[in-house]
Amino acid sequence: MKGFVDFHLLLSPSMDRGEIEDLIARSAELGYSSVGIPLPIDVGGKDIEDIERICDDSDVDLVKRVDLRPRNSRELLGLLRIVRRRREVVAVRCGSKEVARQAAKDRRVDLLCFSSSDLRRRFFNSAVAELASKSSAGLEVDMAPLIVMDGFRRIRLISCLRREVALAKKFDVPVVLSSGAFDRYLLRSPQDYASLGYLFNLSHDAAVAAMSNTPRGIVEKNRRKLSSDYVAPGVYVVKRGKDCRDGW
Amino acid sequence: MPRRLVRRRYIGVKVESQGTFEGRSLAAALSGSLVKLFGEYGASLADFRLVDYQPESNCAILRCSHKVLDMVRASIVALKDVDGEKTALRIVCVSGTLKALRKRLSQ
Repeated sequence: MKGFVDFHLLLSPSMDRGEIEDLIARSAELGYSSVGIPLPIDVGGKDIEDIERICDDSDVDLVKRVDLRPRNSRELLGLLRIVRRRREVVAVRCGSKEVARQAAKDRRVDLLCFSSSDLRRRFFNSAVAELASKSSAGLEVDMAPLIVMDGFRRIRLISCLRREVALAKKFDVPVVLSSGAFDRYLLRSPQDYASLGYLFNLSHDAAVAAMSNTPRGIVEKNRRKLSSDYVAPGVYVVKRGKDCRDGW
Repeated sequence: MPRRLVRRRYIGVKVESQGTFEGRSLAAALSGSLVKLFGEYGASLADFRLVDYQPESNCAILRCSHKVLDMVRASIVALKDVDGEKTALRIVCVSGTLKALRKRLSQ
């Protein structure tokens, strides 16, 4: 894997095939080599193959992601048990403090997401950041709300993001910038999103890393784990069958 | 060698929109975006101007002070519509002189 990664391209069920193709082609045109698309667990294999084919046509690598919206930590644990082996990236939309803490300490969670519209439901505080730094879960920041919103709502969102990014930096929590776009006019190039990072004190280099190295690292780690060669942390099958020398 | 008091940056921008509009509308929308994000004081520091807009090639050239380039870039990216038409601006290149920018845009 190389190049830029947009971890959160939103496809709604109301979109027809043309719109999906247009959005993915636009991502490729803007310089993304991989796009993460949330695919609910009940989405059939045929639909996933269709999206994979569209991505192949645009020369974009599809990252299969799932967005979990659990009501409590017990529900989160149940969902994680089901989805972890089926999706490459697991994001948890934390709607309560309890869920945020459970998600932050669970190693099966890749990304913590918070509501952009209801800022009282953003629970990324120092306790959650400390837990996330130990489990290596990342903080996902969607850029589309920064473009869509205006006035006092955007002022408060920028202020929240500034505080959260500073906390993430302090506790070494990886930050991932995603488009969160559902419309071609909300999509911007990676360099342009890096410019928006200026609003919440994310340096240009850190913003570029948040759209390239950090998401790439997450996907590569998870793909290695999901491959048939994975045995346990740090243990992989290197050779099989006839490749093995006698006595091995 | 004399030093310029004000150093400027020229920004080449690709305009993608649902509809068509005049350069004046684009300039007003960009100034509006700058004021919304950074306030009137921030906008006054920017020395911002639309130098050129060619609707047929969807290219625009903007000028700003080099000190506030990051602010201007952020406000260009944050622009979402012009004259009520959904619009996305993509920064193609930034240069210190108009001549160099035009050369890079033509390549």
